Amino acid sequence: MSIWEYANPKKFMQTSGLLLPWVTGLAAIALVVGLIWGFFFTPADYRQGATVKIIFLHVPAALMAINGWLMMLVASLIWLIRRHHVSALSAKAAAPIGMTMTLIALVTGAIWGQPMWGTWWAWDPRLTSFMILFLFYLGYIALWHAIEDPDTAADLTSVLCMVGSVFAILSRYAVLFWNQGLHQGASLSMDKTQHISNVFWFPLIVCMGGFVLLFVALLLLRTRTEIRARRLQALLLRERMA
Amino acid sequence: MLPELGKYAATVLGAYALAILLIVGLVVLSLRQATRMRDRLRDVEERVKE
Repeated sequence: MSIWEYANPKKFMQTSGLLLPWVTGLAAIALVVGLIWGFFFTPADYRQGATVKIIFLHVPAALMAINGWLMMLVASLIWLIRRHHVSALSAKAAAPIGMTMTLIALVTGAIWGQPMWGTWWAWDPRLTSFMILFLFYLGYIALWHAIEDPDTAADLTSVLCMVGSVFAILSRYAVLFWNQGLHQGASLSMDKTQHISNVFWFPLIVCMGGFVLLFVALLLLRTRTEIRARRLQALLLRERMA
Repeated sequence: MLPELGKYAATVLGAYALAILLIVGLVVLSLRQATRMRDRLRDVEERVKE
């Protein structure tokens, strides 16, 4: 069986209909367990105090803000190369989810920054690239709504997505190659000696899993809605022509 | 019931409240759009069949 079979809307609707309840259930469990664990059962940090608990929202949201855009990039490239409508519609469906994740990362970061850095906002490389990523999300969504022909909209938004990918990658790696910013380095690392203490690490992993599953569940739901909207448009057009 | 948040209680609770509000808002909006679109499509499909 080839992965391209799922480019068939009918096949996608069948498979996603089966998967959606399971992914939604798993997302709910992981989010509830992870956030309750992080909020109620982790200690205050010796420097950050209780504000360290914000990490359980901020880091997973930032992870999905960046990876959401990269998922849109892959879907856009598939659209441009193979012209599969489901991939263009899945990129369109992912944008509001990614935009919300970016907003959560920005808001929780600002709330954390006020007591820790003494400011809600700084023109730091990571913060600035994240703000630009948020604006790209807004522009991407606006472009989809501004163009009537769906194929032209898919083409132009795909190009915009490729341009915006620079900022998605930049927001991930900005702290590594620009040292003048306020934002600290990565909280997580494959090297065990570098990442945060296990008492925060384990609930954070559960929260990150929960955010990934939430993204997938919402993506499936919203892509199904987009496919239905496209079919509705086609039926209404056919009705008008008859 | 609440953990000891000390002087950062408003900061932490504010961050959680806003983030959960945004997530719940996104989920509710996505579900509403999905239900509305499914019902509209069903109506049109039935009308086309007739």
